[in-house]
Amino acid sequence: MTSLGLYNYWIVIALMMLGLYTVISRGNLVKKLIGLGVFQTAVFFMYISMGFVKDGAAPILTEGVEVYSNPLPHVLILTAIVVGVATLALGLALVIRIKEAYGSVDDDELQAMDNAS
Amino acid sequence: MAELIDVLLFAFLLATAFYVLLSRDLLAVVMVAGIYSLLSAGMFLVMDAADVAFTEAAVGAGVSTLLLLIALTATGRWEKPAGHRVVPLLVVLATGATLVYGTLDLPPIGKPDNPPQVHVAPHYLERSGEEIGIPNVVTSVLASYRGFDTLGEVVVVFTAGLGVFLLIGGPRRRRGGEK
Repeated sequence: MTSLGLYNYWIVIALMMLGLYTVISRGNLVKKLIGLGVFQTAVFFMYISMGFVKDGAAPILTEGVEVYSNPLPHVLILTAIVVGVATLALGLALVIRIKEAYGSVDDDELQAMDNAS
Repeated sequence: MAELIDVLLFAFLLATAFYVLLSRDLLAVVMVAGIYSLLSAGMFLVMDAADVAFTEAAVGAGVSTLLLLIALTATGRWEKPAGHRVVPLLVVLATGATLVYGTLDLPPIGKPDNPPQVHVAPHYLERSGEEIGIPNVVTSVLASYRGFDTLGEVVVVFTAGLGVFLLIGGPRRRRGGEK
Protein backbone atom coordinates (compact mmCIF):
# COMPACT_ATOMS: atom_id res chain seq x y z
CA MET A 1 0.00 0.00 0.00
CA THR A 2 3.05 2.27 -0.18
CA SER A 3 1.82 3.45 -3.58
CA LEU A 4 -0.97 5.24 -1.74
CA GLY A 5 1.55 7.26 0.26
CA LEU A 6 -0.25 9.47 2.74
CA TYR A 7 -3.72 8.83 1.28
CA ASN A 8 -4.92 6.96 4.40
CA TYR A 9 -3.97 9.85 6.66
CA TRP A 10 -5.88 12.38 4.57
CA ILE A 11 -9.05 10.28 4.47
CA VAL A 12 -8.65 9.74 8.23
CA ILE A 13 -8.47 13.53 8.69
CA ALA A 14 -11.60 13.98 6.53
CA LEU A 15 -13.48 11.43 8.66
CA MET A 16 -12.20 13.04 11.86
CA MET A 17 -13.37 16.47 10.74
CA LEU A 18 -16.80 15.10 9.73
CA GLY A 19 -17.10 13.64 13.24
CA LEU A 20 -15.89 16.85 14.87
CA TYR A 21 -18.34 18.94 12.81
CA THR A 22 -21.19 16.61 13.83
CA VAL A 23 -20.20 17.09 17.48
CA ILE A 24 -19.98 20.89 17.46
CA SER A 25 -22.69 21.89 14.95
CA ARG A 26 -25.57 19.55 15.83
CA GLY A 27 -27.77 20.20 18.85
CA ASN A 28 -29.11 16.72 19.59
CA LEU A 29 -27.02 15.05 22.31
CA VAL A 30 -27.39 11.52 20.88
CA LYS A 31 -26.21 12.82 17.50
CA LYS A 32 -23.22 14.42 19.20
CA LEU A 33 -22.26 11.05 20.74
CA ILE A 34 -22.57 9.31 17.35
CA GLY A 35 -20.32 12.02 15.87
CA LEU A 36 -17.84 11.38 18.66
CA GLY A 37 -17.88 7.69 17.64
CA VAL A 38 -17.08 8.62 14.02
CA PHE A 39 -14.18 10.77 15.24
CA GLN A 40 -12.94 7.99 17.52
CA THR A 41 -12.93 5.33 14.78
CA ALA A 42 -11.02 7.72 12.51
CA VAL A 43 -8.30 7.98 15.19
CA PHE A 44 -8.18 4.16 15.28
CA PHE A 45 -7.55 4.12 11.50
CA MET A 46 -4.63 6.49 11.98
CA TYR A 47 -2.96 4.21 14.53
CA ILE A 48 -3.59 1.03 12.51
CA SER A 49 -2.28 2.73 9.34
CA MET A 50 0.91 3.69 11.18
CA GLY A 51 1.50 0.06 12.21
CA PHE A 52 0.80 -1.34 8.76
CA VAL A 53 3.72 -2.95 6.91
CA LYS A 54 3.34 -3.65 3.20
CA ASP A 55 3.42 -7.38 2.36
CA GLY A 56 3.47 -8.13 6.08
CA ALA A 57 1.27 -10.73 7.73
CA ALA A 58 -1.12 -10.26 10.64
CA PRO A 59 0.99 -10.50 13.85
CA ILE A 60 0.31 -14.18 14.52
CA LEU A 61 3.58 -16.12 14.56
CA THR A 62 3.70 -18.62 11.68
CA GLU A 63 6.48 -20.84 10.33
CA GLY A 64 8.17 -19.30 7.30
CA VAL A 65 6.74 -15.80 7.68
CA GLU A 66 9.35 -13.08 8.23
CA VAL A 67 7.48 -9.77 7.96
CA TYR A 68 4.61 -8.92 10.29
CA SER A 69 2.59 -5.77 10.84
CA ASN A 70 3.32 -3.94 14.08
CA PRO A 71 1.31 -5.54 16.93
CA LEU A 72 1.56 -2.59 19.34
CA PRO A 73 -1.00 -0.24 17.69
CA HIS A 74 -3.40 -3.20 17.53
CA VAL A 75 -3.10 -3.71 21.30
CA LEU A 76 -3.65 -0.01 22.00
CA ILE A 77 -6.69 0.16 19.74
CA LEU A 78 -8.22 -3.01 21.21
CA THR A 79 -8.12 -1.28 24.59
CA ALA A 80 -9.43 1.97 23.09
CA ILE A 81 -12.45 0.26 21.44
CA VAL A 82 -13.55 -1.30 24.73
CA VAL A 83 -12.99 1.93 26.69
CA GLY A 84 -14.86 3.78 23.90
CA VAL A 85 -17.98 1.68 24.31
CA ALA A 86 -17.79 2.16 28.09
CA THR A 87 -17.68 5.96 27.71
CA LEU A 88 -20.48 5.79 25.12
CA ALA A 89 -22.66 3.89 27.62
CA LEU A 90 -21.94 6.46 30.33
CA GLY A 91 -22.65 9.35 27.93
CA LEU A 92 -25.97 7.82 26.85
CA ALA A 93 -26.93 7.28 30.51
CA LEU A 94 -26.30 11.00 31.09
CA VAL A 95 -28.41 11.87 28.01
CA ILE A 96 -31.33 9.72 29.27
CA ARG A 97 -31.03 11.39 32.68
CA ILE A 98 -31.04 14.86 31.05
CA LYS A 99 -34.15 13.89 29.04
CA GLU A 100 -35.91 12.89 32.28
CA ALA A 101 -34.91 16.08 34.09
CA TYR A 102 -35.48 18.63 31.27
CA GLY A 103 -37.77 16.85 28.81
CA SER A 104 -35.40 17.67 25.92
CA VAL A 105 -32.04 16.56 24.50
CA ASP A 106 -31.39 19.61 22.33
CA ASP A 107 -28.54 21.75 23.66
CA ASP A 108 -30.07 25.13 22.62
CA GLU A 109 -33.30 24.29 24.45
CA LEU A 110 -31.36 23.09 27.49
CA GLN A 111 -29.38 26.34 27.51
CA ALA A 112 -32.60 28.40 27.22
CA MET A 113 -34.15 26.50 30.15
CA ASP A 114 -31.05 27.02 32.26
CA ASN A 115 -31.02 30.75 31.46
CA ALA A 116 -34.73 31.10 32.24
CA SER A 117 -34.49 29.48 35.68
CA MET B 1 -5.73 -5.20 -5.03
CA ALA B 2 -5.32 -4.18 -1.40
CA GLU B 3 -5.08 -0.56 -2.57
CA LEU B 4 -8.39 -0.85 -4.44
CA ILE B 5 -10.15 -2.32 -1.38
CA ASP B 6 -8.59 0.41 0.76
CA VAL B 7 -9.86 3.20 -1.52
CA LEU B 8 -13.35 1.65 -1.86
CA LEU B 9 -13.80 1.06 1.87
CA PHE B 10 -12.70 4.61 2.66
CA ALA B 11 -15.17 5.95 0.05
CA PHE B 12 -18.00 4.03 1.75
CA LEU B 13 -16.82 5.24 5.16
CA LEU B 14 -16.92 8.86 3.97
CA ALA B 15 -20.42 8.36 2.54
CA THR B 16 -21.73 6.87 5.80
CA ALA B 17 -20.06 9.64 7.86
CA PHE B 18 -21.78 12.26 5.65
CA TYR B 19 -25.12 10.53 6.13
CA VAL B 20 -24.61 10.55 9.92
CA LEU B 21 -23.99 14.30 9.71
CA LEU B 22 -26.89 15.22 7.42
CA SER B 23 -29.83 12.97 8.32
CA ARG B 24 -32.34 14.07 10.97
CA ASP B 25 -33.83 10.59 11.41
CA LEU B 26 -31.76 9.31 14.34
CA LEU B 27 -32.94 5.70 13.95
CA ALA B 28 -31.49 5.69 10.42
CA VAL B 29 -28.36 7.45 11.72
CA VAL B 30 -27.82 4.71 14.32
CA MET B 31 -28.21 2.01 11.64
CA VAL B 32 -25.75 3.79 9.34
CA ALA B 33 -23.35 4.24 12.27
CA GLY B 34 -23.51 0.43 12.69
CA ILE B 35 -22.63 0.04 9.00
CA TYR B 36 -19.76 2.51 9.53
CA SER B 37 -18.43 0.29 12.34
CA LEU B 38 -18.72 -2.84 10.21
CA LEU B 39 -16.92 -1.13 7.31
CA SER B 40 -14.17 -0.08 9.73
CA ALA B 41 -13.86 -3.71 10.85
CA GLY B 42 -13.26 -4.59 7.18
CA MET B 43 -10.73 -1.78 6.93
CA PHE B 44 -8.85 -3.08 9.99
CA LEU B 45 -8.75 -6.56 8.42
CA VAL B 46 -7.27 -5.12 5.19
CA MET B 47 -4.54 -3.53 7.33
CA ASP B 48 -3.65 -6.87 9.01
CA ALA B 49 -5.28 -6.03 12.35
CA ALA B 50 -7.43 -9.16 12.70
CA ASP B 51 -7.97 -8.87 16.47
CA VAL B 52 -9.03 -5.24 16.16
CA ALA B 53 -11.44 -6.17 13.36
CA PHE B 54 -13.13 -8.82 15.54
CA THR B 55 -13.46 -6.42 18.44
CA GLU B 56 -14.77 -3.57 16.28
CA ALA B 57 -17.36 -5.86 14.63
CA ALA B 58 -18.56 -7.23 17.99
CA VAL B 59 -18.31 -4.14 20.18
CA GLY B 60 -18.55 -1.24 17.71
CA ALA B 61 -21.18 -2.61 15.34
CA GLY B 62 -22.98 -4.77 17.92
CA VAL B 63 -22.95 -3.39 21.45
CA SER B 64 -22.71 0.33 20.54
CA THR B 65 -25.66 0.08 18.12
CA LEU B 66 -27.71 -1.68 20.79
CA LEU B 67 -26.88 0.98 23.40
CA LEU B 68 -27.78 3.78 20.98
CA LEU B 69 -31.11 2.12 20.13
CA ILE B 70 -31.94 1.79 23.83
CA ALA B 71 -31.12 5.49 24.32
CA LEU B 72 -33.29 6.44 21.31
CA THR B 73 -36.35 4.77 22.86
CA ALA B 74 -35.99 7.25 25.73
CA THR B 75 -35.02 10.39 23.78
CA GLY B 76 -37.08 10.21 20.60
CA ARG B 77 -36.36 9.44 16.97
CA TRP B 78 -36.29 12.85 15.27
CA GLU B 79 -33.65 15.53 15.55
CA LYS B 80 -34.75 19.18 15.56
CA PRO B 81 -33.69 21.09 12.43
CA ALA B 82 -30.45 22.99 12.97
CA GLY B 83 -29.27 25.81 10.76
CA HIS B 84 -25.82 25.63 9.20
CA ARG B 85 -23.51 27.51 11.47
CA VAL B 86 -20.46 29.25 10.08
CA VAL B 87 -18.14 29.25 13.11
CA PRO B 88 -18.05 25.42 13.56
CA LEU B 89 -17.36 25.01 9.84
CA LEU B 90 -14.44 27.45 10.02
CA VAL B 91 -13.05 25.71 13.13
CA VAL B 92 -13.29 22.32 11.44
CA LEU B 93 -11.71 23.50 8.18
CA ALA B 94 -8.83 25.21 10.03
CA THR B 95 -8.22 22.12 12.18
CA GLY B 96 -8.34 19.85 9.13
CA ALA B 97 -5.93 22.04 7.17
CA THR B 98 -3.49 22.10 10.12
CA LEU B 99 -3.65 18.31 10.44
CA VAL B 100 -3.06 17.81 6.69
CA TYR B 101 -0.07 20.16 6.95
CA GLY B 102 1.16 18.03 9.87
CA THR B 103 0.97 14.79 7.84
CA LEU B 104 3.27 16.14 5.11
CA ASP B 105 6.31 15.27 7.22
CA LEU B 106 5.16 11.72 7.92
CA PRO B 107 6.78 8.79 6.07
CA PRO B 108 4.55 6.96 3.53
CA ILE B 109 2.34 4.24 5.02
CA GLY B 110 3.57 0.64 4.80
CA LYS B 111 7.36 1.00 4.68
CA PRO B 112 9.02 -1.56 7.00
CA ASP B 113 11.55 0.98 8.38
CA ASN B 114 8.98 3.58 9.51
CA PRO B 115 9.70 4.86 13.05
CA PRO B 116 6.88 2.92 14.79
CA GLN B 117 8.22 -0.35 13.35
CA VAL B 118 11.79 -0.06 14.65
CA HIS B 119 11.26 0.67 18.35
CA VAL B 120 10.01 -2.14 20.67
CA ALA B 121 7.81 -3.99 18.16
CA PRO B 122 10.68 -6.15 16.78
CA HIS B 123 11.40 -7.39 20.31
CA TYR B 124 7.81 -8.56 20.76
CA LEU B 125 7.76 -10.19 17.32
CA GLU B 126 11.08 -12.02 17.86
CA ARG B 127 10.87 -13.01 21.51
CA SER B 128 7.20 -13.36 22.51
CA GLY B 129 7.00 -16.84 20.95
CA GLU B 130 9.50 -18.27 23.44
CA GLU B 131 8.86 -15.85 26.34
CA ILE B 132 5.06 -16.20 26.46
CA GLY B 133 4.52 -19.29 24.34
CA ILE B 134 1.44 -18.34 22.30
CA PRO B 135 1.54 -17.50 18.59
CA ASN B 136 -0.73 -14.44 18.65
CA VAL B 137 1.58 -11.53 19.47
CA VAL B 138 -1.33 -9.12 20.10
CA THR B 139 -2.66 -11.42 22.82
CA SER B 140 0.85 -11.83 24.31
CA VAL B 141 1.27 -8.07 24.62
CA LEU B 142 -2.29 -7.48 25.81
CA ALA B 143 -2.45 -10.15 28.48
CA SER B 144 1.17 -10.50 29.56
CA TYR B 145 3.64 -7.70 28.71
CA ARG B 146 1.03 -5.01 29.27
CA GLY B 147 -1.24 -6.96 31.61
CA PHE B 148 -1.54 -4.10 34.08
CA ASP B 149 -2.80 -1.91 31.25
CA THR B 150 -5.56 -4.39 30.60
CA LEU B 151 -6.34 -4.50 34.31
CA GLY B 152 -6.69 -0.71 34.19
CA GLU B 153 -9.04 -1.10 31.24
CA VAL B 154 -11.21 -3.47 33.27
CA VAL B 155 -11.30 -0.88 36.07
CA VAL B 156 -12.44 1.77 33.53
CA VAL B 157 -15.22 -0.48 32.22
CA PHE B 158 -16.28 -1.31 35.80
CA THR B 159 -16.35 2.38 36.73
CA ALA B 160 -18.40 3.23 33.63
CA GLY B 161 -20.84 0.40 34.43
CA LEU B 162 -21.16 1.67 38.00
CA GLY B 163 -21.77 5.21 36.69
CA VAL B 164 -24.52 4.00 34.32
CA PHE B 165 -26.13 2.05 37.17
CA LEU B 166 -26.06 5.05 39.50
CA LEU B 167 -27.44 7.38 36.81
CA ILE B 168 -30.34 5.30 35.48
CA GLY B 169 -30.24 2.13 37.61
CA GLY B 170 -32.70 0.49 40.01
CA PRO B 171 -32.87 2.53 43.28
CA ARG B 172 -33.62 5.89 41.64
CA ARG B 173 -36.41 4.37 39.54
CA ARG B 174 -38.10 3.00 42.66
CA ARG B 175 -37.82 6.37 44.40
CA GLY B 176 -39.36 8.00 41.33
CA GLY B 177 -42.23 5.55 41.48
CA GLU B 178 -43.05 6.42 45.09
CA LYS B 179 -43.56 10.11 44.38
